[in-house]
Amino acid sequence: MNMIVTPASPATPNGTTRPQVRIVIVGHVDHGKSTLVGRLLHETGSLPDGKLEMLKAVSARRGMPFEWSFLLDALQTERDQGITIDTTQIRFRTNSRDIVLIDAPGHAEFLRNMITGASQADGAVLIIDALEGVRDQTRRHGYLLHLLGVKQVAVVVNKMDRVDFSAERFKEISDEISAHLQGLGVKPTAVIPISARDGDGVAERTDRIGWYKGPTVVEALDRLEPARPLEALALRLPVQAIYKFDDRRIVAGRIESGSLVAGDEIVIMPAGKIARIKTVESWPVTPVAGRQGAGRSVGITLDRELFVERGDIIAHANSAPRETRRLRARIFWLHDKPLAKGDQLLVRCGPKESRATVVAIEKAVDPGELSSVENKAIGRNHVGEIDISLSNPIATDPYTENPRTGRLVIEVSGRIAGGGLVLSVDAGQRAVPVDIVPVESALRPDERSARYQHNGAVVWLTGLPASGKSTLAKALERRLFSNGGSPILLDGDTLRAGLNSDLGFSTADRSENIRRLAEMATHLARNGHIAIVAAVSPAREDRATARRIADTSFREIHVATPAGICEERDPKGHYKKARAGALASFTGIGNDYERPEAAELVIDTSTRTVAEAADEIEQMLKTTGVLFDEVVDLAANI
Amino acid sequence: MHRNYRIFASKRKVAEMHLLKDSSTAGGPGGPALAKRAPAQEFSADLAPSMDHLDQLEAQSIYIFREAFGRLKKIALLWSLGKDSNVMIWLARKAFFGRLPFPALHVDTGKKFPEMYRFRDHYGKEWDLDLRVEPCPPIDAVDPTLPPAARSAARKTEGLKMALGKYGFDGLIAGIRRDEEATRAKERVFSPRGLEGNWDVRDQPPEFWDHFNASPPQGAHLRIHPILHWTESDIWAYTKRENIPIIPLYLSQNGKRYRSLGDQDITNPVASNASNIDEILIELEQTKVPERSGRALDHETEDAFERLRVAGYL
Repeated sequence: MNMIVTPASPATPNGTTRPQVRIVIVGHVDHGKSTLVGRLLHETGSLPDGKLEMLKAVSARRGMPFEWSFLLDALQTERDQGITIDTTQIRFRTNSRDIVLIDAPGHAEFLRNMITGASQADGAVLIIDALEGVRDQTRRHGYLLHLLGVKQVAVVVNKMDRVDFSAERFKEISDEISAHLQGLGVKPTAVIPISARDGDGVAERTDRIGWYKGPTVVEALDRLEPARPLEALALRLPVQAIYKFDDRRIVAGRIESGSLVAGDEIVIMPAGKIARIKTVESWPVTPVAGRQGAGRSVGITLDRELFVERGDIIAHANSAPRETRRLRARIFWLHDKPLAKGDQLLVRCGPKESRATVVAIEKAVDPGELSSVENKAIGRNHVGEIDISLSNPIATDPYTENPRTGRLVIEVSGRIAGGGLVLSVDAGQRAVPVDIVPVESALRPDERSARYQHNGAVVWLTGLPASGKSTLAKALERRLFSNGGSPILLDGDTLRAGLNSDLGFSTADRSENIRRLAEMATHLARNGHIAIVAAVSPAREDRATARRIADTSFREIHVATPAGICEERDPKGHYKKARAGALASFTGIGNDYERPEAAELVIDTSTRTVAEAADEIEQMLKTTGVLFDEVVDLAANI
Repeated sequence: MHRNYRIFASKRKVAEMHLLKDSSTAGGPGGPALAKRAPAQEFSADLAPSMDHLDQLEAQSIYIFREAFGRLKKIALLWSLGKDSNVMIWLARKAFFGRLPFPALHVDTGKKFPEMYRFRDHYGKEWDLDLRVEPCPPIDAVDPTLPPAARSAARKTEGLKMALGKYGFDGLIAGIRRDEEATRAKERVFSPRGLEGNWDVRDQPPEFWDHFNASPPQGAHLRIHPILHWTESDIWAYTKRENIPIIPLYLSQNGKRYRSLGDQDITNPVASNASNIDEILIELEQTKVPERSGRALDHETEDAFERLRVAGYL
């Protein structure tokens, strides 16, 4: 739950408006958070009648002295365990603010719940025990606040009664935590000495802390700024759904930032298509005329029929988000299994989802230690910076430019496993959206297929180096051409000399190489040609991308010649060089080739001739509807 | 439509009585109250760019409704006929431009107030709902160790399980709110229920930034809570602003009114003179009596409510 708090002004019967501020209270598990919350509720007159008395009675019945923290421990399970176990939302009022308090538990295994709570907060209170001082967990929570972008942090030094309200002890702790927070780029708005149990410093500056001149806790909360307005930012309307309940085709979604009005020219990302907003639909009265701002859930109709789908982002043409297949994110990890390089994930950015691969882990940090740990994996409750490669292009913004669209969550097995902020976007694809109007071919597909006697297709030959892909590709090309068809050979190595000469052999470059091959082959297939691609393409994920791009025209052939025979053949001398250590990133002698699991055809060239193999491919292309059976033969048989 | 809000009653006499009260307190057509708050229709025709508190709540709920409808296969809305679920239906019709594109499920204990049944039958038709009324098992079929009111409410849980089995819904939309009861404060917006329809408070998946876990395991389902972030005052303020019909039992008669409507035998009225929504809002501003104080089951034992929740009670 993450409410937008642009000029928040809860309507009350007498018409007053009060800004709403959401805060989280964090700190070490035993430093008195629940006590402070109980005391705050009492001091601000927010407790229901009889609640205090009831809890006191319950305590007496159980033979325990009453504690303020009992107020929060409403669940029996919590009382049993003696810890608060989840984020609880509690409301109270200061002079000029409505405070929604998200109580975050400190117990380590419930850290993910704290993150859930803290992610919604406008401000935070970090609590420290005056006797125990700054502990690991204190530092970790401070770091998480920084990580989650909570800028307004008030520090309270609790249990001052245990240190005889010593100004010296207070200064010691104040200096230590201020230095720590400033190291993270967070300047505490106040450091306050309190005794939550007795009430000193919570709503009143008592004599016992007479040496303290700063604000009380209630005053500090009263000064928190509500979240900044999103309406001033560029328009971002992520598409949630397209509804066709009647003759209207309504594009529905919530405006995350900026504003729109009927008549605006908009661009639909990532496709870059341009349209004009015809109407803003509503209910019970429709259409509505006014400008719609950030936070509104709206429905719009467009002036032309365009293909729009869930996950697209509608923006103004001059301020569109960047489209990318590659981004860097700072993430927090909540899953039991550590996140490692090469992991396959589902990334969600608003309603858009894309399968993704972790390309690199740049940093992995234990927030308690604040030291980088090994860069191989990000453990549970740790944070890090990662590079992600996406199967589908996503339109997004860096977090610093748009706090709403610049964040993502990561799912593993259908369950949210982490979240993060987009740090940068690799906008290699199309940084500036243009009004793209694809020019349709002058020829219809059936005109071409009537001439070639086949439909367009992408025949993708994958396999180890020297497995026979190029030989087969050439034989197939000759065979199809002889029959009047239009085959075109796309050899991976050949294209690397030109189109792909900017790419190396890193995982990301290999992915991009395959993507370009697939895009090019698909373009040829759409125009009726049979594109024959011969490429090692060792990564299953990359081939899946190619299949997604080429869609139904994709035919995968696994040239499954045994590795030993490939190395024996070695026509380019690559195996020899690799064995000698002179060829890095060579697929073949490691076990880095991921075999296809559902190829349309598997061919072992060590057990058949080239002609036999070409026969098999031709047969497969016939049975899968690429090649037409000879019409003349059919006629002859009648 | 010149009244500030609409009160439903099928008996003409009762309706007139409330009409009378209504116009006398709201100032009648063109009176001072109207000048302060325009009816919904005029209000939405000229939206200001910035949103007030109710606009924000509404937008959030619409977002949740659209996520539920888009990401789940077969959903239904649990219509308890009370003020909260009527607001939910209204919000759903906003989300889907006048329609409720999935069934409204009423799990009927058979022990609701007659006014509630009349309300259901009338608005089920007027709102063009795909209404499914499902019965509950007899009381003997329910855990006899529960206190009487809890046991009675647990019937509803059983009825719900039966309905789930019958239709195979993968998502049920329920009108619970965080401010109602301590245990509900811990709820998620998309809250998975195990195969028995139960709720594990200690193993809730993380949910943040409006990303919801929408993939329940095979055979399990999700509870979706579109008004989790609303308060009792919000519900009333919105009911008034949008002119949503209510059951008259919520308004004071002879010094008493119902703040929350459940089964007849386990729900009691509270002392109140609030005879229209404005007065209810003022009363809520001043009172510290919990909303569910009229619900017998909350007071029977300290953990009765929690036990019910674990078993899948709303």
